[in-house]
Amino acid sequence: MKKLINDPAKTVDEGVAGFAAAHPDLVRVVVDPPFVVVRKDAPVQGKVGIVSGGGSGHEPLHAGYVGYGMLDAAVPGAMFTSPTPDPILEATKQVDAGAGVLHIVKNYTGDVLNFETAADLALAEGIEVQTVITDDDVAVKDSLYTAGRRGVAGTLLVEKIAGAAAQRGDSLDQVAEVARTVNSRVRSMGMALSPCTVPHAGEPSFELGEDEVEIGIGIHGEPGRERIALEPADRMVDRLIEPILEDLPFQQGDRVILLVNGMGGTPLSELYIVFRRAAEVLQERGIELARSLVGSYVTSLEMQGVSLTLLQVDDELLGLYDAPVETAALRWGR
Amino acid sequence: MSGLGGGLDGAWARRWAEAIAEGVADRKAELTALDRAIGDGDHGENLDRGFQAVLGKLESLEEGATPGAVLKLVATTLISTVGGASGPLYGTAFLKASVAAGERESLDAAALVEVLTAARDGIVARGKAELGDKTMVDAWTPAVDAAAAAGDDVEAVLDAAASAAEAGAAATEPLIAHKGRASYLGERAQGHRDPGSESTALMLRAAAAVA
Repeated sequence: MKKLINDPAKTVDEGVAGFAAAHPDLVRVVVDPPFVVVRKDAPVQGKVGIVSGGGSGHEPLHAGYVGYGMLDAAVPGAMFTSPTPDPILEATKQVDAGAGVLHIVKNYTGDVLNFETAADLALAEGIEVQTVITDDDVAVKDSLYTAGRRGVAGTLLVEKIAGAAAQRGDSLDQVAEVARTVNSRVRSMGMALSPCTVPHAGEPSFELGEDEVEIGIGIHGEPGRERIALEPADRMVDRLIEPILEDLPFQQGDRVILLVNGMGGTPLSELYIVFRRAAEVLQERGIELARSLVGSYVTSLEMQGVSLTLLQVDDELLGLYDAPVETAALRWGR
Repeated sequence: MSGLGGGLDGAWARRWAEAIAEGVADRKAELTALDRAIGDGDHGENLDRGFQAVLGKLESLEEGATPGAVLKLVATTLISTVGGASGPLYGTAFLKASVAAGERESLDAAALVEVLTAARDGIVARGKAELGDKTMVDAWTPAVDAAAAAGDDVEAVLDAAASAAEAGAAATEPLIAHKGRASYLGERAQGHRDPGSESTALMLRAAAAVA
């Protein structure tokens, strides 16, 4: 397949270098050990530092969310591969201003193991670290017999809201508590029309027929739970939103933030077709749409597909969501 | 060749690491294909990156380094270069193995069993997988059991471990995964071999081949 790259082995390096060159007002990149994207003014005195990271290929997650009011550092691993503990530790040291550091980790085995190791190392260096694992994907049903639910697009909302709590001066315990609260109230589910290809692997992560879609995909190119024939957009939206609504459950009178997230290869016009139906379903259920976010925020390379995310909010969470943010991929209020 | 008294020395540990690097490089595409079927398609690439780094580090290791020192170098290199789940898991395995090997100049059959057991226990502790979860534990545990029952000859111990790991890897094919990314697939993981169990078999066969 065609890719706009120079060398498959340098995809991540060159992408990060370009990101740093494009956004010197927001971030700096620590090159030894490689690939730590740090908020330009970190460590911010008195503020809890927030570090996230994971395999690359989900851009703008996570580096795109480094900046005022959100992340203090992002640690991009190899494509779809968790970073190793060394750069995670380096990021943690870079952002620690004495108030402690929160690690926000998507629930994937590799990410959890590497962040766990890095947190142990940071503790040994006298840095207080708390970890919040995001696991918003309702497609994974039986958590007793799996690695547990995956962290997917809901992670963006955890990062935004925890970032705002840290920015206003909350303590490490408080920021971690806010992050856990968001994670407990956010649910997502995704589907793909086409797979994606990791540059150095050279072959698609799975095969799909012309008229087939995968329901319940994760964000690392892994196949989903179920393969079905493509149906009209409204019907596909219903297949995604029903399990989300049932899971929390979201009920009449609830206020929600709705994120319609493109997987990388889906036109915005289609995302709005999806949004239209999702908003209609919420209205039918008497659920108030408090805020909307539509775009490709947590992607899987060039995968065609979409995920829906609902977060149940109260005044407190909504206030933190609305708080100013200034990052490469999300900015308002400043 | 075995050292004095039939034990395996640091030169063997070095040859083992080199043989794994060669085997992973040769079978990189195969391991990645297994991973693509039920994971995220990077197992071969990630291990190859790690063991190529190990080769580089081995050059700077002093002559006459103990088996424990070699294993520790492999461990720290894998932890800092592999990433994913296999980095911390194999890194922990080699780290625990190096601790079990201790300062010994050479490893006899009993010491080898200790080393393999420590490696397996490290993986179980970090990954929290049990036998039958369709993970590398399904190759490690039969290997440790077979090694313990293989008697006093180091080559027989390693050969038994390798054969049991290979059988264990093959036996993951019909299983439903309960850990790692394959667990998201439910019954769709059936019919595919676990890539971590296959790379474990490769590593243990390499250990036997250079003994």
